[in-house]
Amino acid sequence: METVRAFLRHPSGMIGLVLLLIVVVVAIIAPIMFPVSPWEMVGAPFTPPGEDGLWLGGDTLGRDVAAGVAYGARVSLLIGIASALAAMAIGVVVGAISGYFGGKVDLVLMRMTELFQTIPAFVLAILLVATFNPSLLTIILTIGAVSWPPLARLTRAEFLRLRHREFVEAAQCQGERTWRIVLGHILPNAISPILVVTSLTVATAILLESALSFMGLGDPNLMSWGFMIGAGRTVIRNAWWMSVFPGLAILVTVLAINLFGEGLSDVLNPRVSRRRS
Amino acid sequence: MNRREFTKAMLACGAAIPFGITRAAGQTRGGTLNTIIQPEPPVLVTALNQQQPTLTLGGKIYEGLLKYDADLKPMPGMAQSWEVSPDGLTYTFKLFPGITFHDGKPMTSEDVVFSCMKLLVETHPRARQNFSRVASAEAPDPLTVVFELKQPFAPFIGCFDCTSAPIVPKHIYDGTDYRKNPENDKAIGTGPFKLKEWVRGSHVHLVRHDGYYLKDEPYLDEIVYRVIPDAASRALALENGTVQLVQWSDVEFYDVQRFKAQKNLEFTTKGYEYFAPHQWLEMNNRIAPMNDKRFRQAVMHLIDREAFSKRVYFGNAKVATGPISSKTRFYDPNVKRYEFSVDKAKALLDDMGLKPGANGKRAEIKYIVPPYSESYQRAGEFFRQSFARVGIDLVLVGTDMAGWAEKVGNWDYEMTQNLLYQLGDPALGVARTYISSNIKKGILFSNTQGYSNPEVDKLFDEAAITLDAAKRQELYSKVQQILVEDVPVAWTLEIEYPIIYDKAFRNIVTTGIGSHETFGSVYKS
Repeated sequence: METVRAFLRHPSGMIGLVLLLIVVVVAIIAPIMFPVSPWEMVGAPFTPPGEDGLWLGGDTLGRDVAAGVAYGARVSLLIGIASALAAMAIGVVVGAISGYFGGKVDLVLMRMTELFQTIPAFVLAILLVATFNPSLLTIILTIGAVSWPPLARLTRAEFLRLRHREFVEAAQCQGERTWRIVLGHILPNAISPILVVTSLTVATAILLESALSFMGLGDPNLMSWGFMIGAGRTVIRNAWWMSVFPGLAILVTVLAINLFGEGLSDVLNPRVSRRRS
Repeated sequence: MNRREFTKAMLACGAAIPFGITRAAGQTRGGTLNTIIQPEPPVLVTALNQQQPTLTLGGKIYEGLLKYDADLKPMPGMAQSWEVSPDGLTYTFKLFPGITFHDGKPMTSEDVVFSCMKLLVETHPRARQNFSRVASAEAPDPLTVVFELKQPFAPFIGCFDCTSAPIVPKHIYDGTDYRKNPENDKAIGTGPFKLKEWVRGSHVHLVRHDGYYLKDEPYLDEIVYRVIPDAASRALALENGTVQLVQWSDVEFYDVQRFKAQKNLEFTTKGYEYFAPHQWLEMNNRIAPMNDKRFRQAVMHLIDREAFSKRVYFGNAKVATGPISSKTRFYDPNVKRYEFSVDKAKALLDDMGLKPGANGKRAEIKYIVPPYSESYQRAGEFFRQSFARVGIDLVLVGTDMAGWAEKVGNWDYEMTQNLLYQLGDPALGVARTYISSNIKKGILFSNTQGYSNPEVDKLFDEAAITLDAAKRQELYSKVQQILVEDVPVAWTLEIEYPIIYDKAFRNIVTTGIGSHETFGSVYKS
């Protein structure tokens, strides 16, 4: 409760939260706002914003840009959250094992993590998506697979910090099973920084998905913001609205998540919150 | 000068224009033509590679024996005259005297025989088909070539343009590994222009071949093909005059509209008669539900092809009525018409038992999007919306160039889009898609959808070896009726690629081969 109250007093965090809520609401009510599919060609091609009832204009085939932006919010949030969770799952497991057991296991896992960190994430993502054919699932898994290393390192650091604390040693003395110690004692104490980094990973995941779609490597059946910009890019001189509005949508969403994540970090980070109180 | 004076001066200029034209009829020498090559070709030797950019550029360097006008009638190329024996078996060509290669050596009938019978049959799939019908080729004297066919083949006279049978120097290629010959980089041909330099990633610079055999030609001093990979930059280059000519898909269809209105530019869709690019939605006839004729007919009713032309190709396309393009000979408009009608499509699907399931869906079909240009992606999206109207889910699958060729060539697909050239005669460009002898696994642009009908096979075979045009028309009309009823593929559009050029240039389009032509007669006024 205290944390919530602290967050409510955090100005930029609140701005982020409000913006994010708007995006979430748009994503939820998209089918109510736009009952026809965003792929349906409802107007004339190249309809400028405001004409023909298309208030953000029509694209090269005459599809409603506004509907695309609204439905794109669903795709971006879904992919962003799902792949951040996938990254968290991989990262936490690797980091926890590495940090808790140490020694050779740690050595091997950390070298592997470094290997992933040395390859540019976007290049690896392009390679993976191109190899496995772009679809919703492969894109989520790919983004998860290239975004986990920071989470693994963070989790490992937290586990290293916590694993020799008295309460952990007490649990070990009582003969509790390893998985119970990890899940029941260490993880709950390490979770706040992990959540903060995960929330920021959502933002990078959205950017990654947009970049992939922009390159034509998105799921061709999903109306996503990156796809819209990619499709509108070549005509930007004649029709700015096709790429500008989805671009703004990405900007707002990523900014909102970053503000929210930083606010969360400030509130959850014990050192900072202690200084406040 | 005040405004009135200025206007007067402008009017005077206007009055001078007609005189300008009469003077220009005595065509002037000199000038540079800047144009675009997109994408950059791997090699300039058209005998070794027949992708569109190679042919566009190589067409200036390598010539054929004949040219074809807009009606695809033969015109003199390097052959000044030709004769076909009444039995349709002997073709005799008389070459122009004084033809030389760019390295100064004379071009003789020996080079023609070598090119057609030895080199091209190895490196040029289309030429291999054509010249495999030749029993013997002789060079009785340096200016005469005689082809003796095994059996009559009416379209044989249509196989000698610079894209189908480019002539290469025997003294350079004979006895070598053609593809690895180091002289390939020099691109030695007989054309009006020769290669000066090729800066990869930047431009290809062609200059006048001074020893060209036609008097006064070429008129231009040089042609520069610029490599501009970005579509928006290409459009900009034409708009601001950096380049004075674009062809094929150099500018995207949505930009074409804009250039039609630009005052200093001439727009034409002529010059593609030989190719008549014919586009269709390809359906693998081996797989349910596409193996049912009624399903394929329903597809024809489902796609609003007028709207398809308007939205995806911005009107630069004509609705196709069947397997033969309206621009190709032996086209017959009197075939069954499939008008856009969702109800008729539904009725056909219901009739074949493909009824909507509990979720309202009739079927789910995978559609591989050809990765060639943006319009293919938009086309896939258009089809998906069309199929959704009757409850068929078209799932678009993205792939790369090699992946598409591999999947379609090996029949590992459900639906995709395809576009083939008609090459001036149904026997050359149409039959290959429908005859069962051309069901060849692993080969692209064959009968990949696996349509097989003995009657169609018989009609195509007979038409190819028939010489009488009226008889051929009869056979092709029949075959068109059968195919349109069977719908092996759902024909969508005859794509009308544009050629847009600066009005200062004349004779850009003189034949049915358009921008692939030699450009010897192009001049700047």
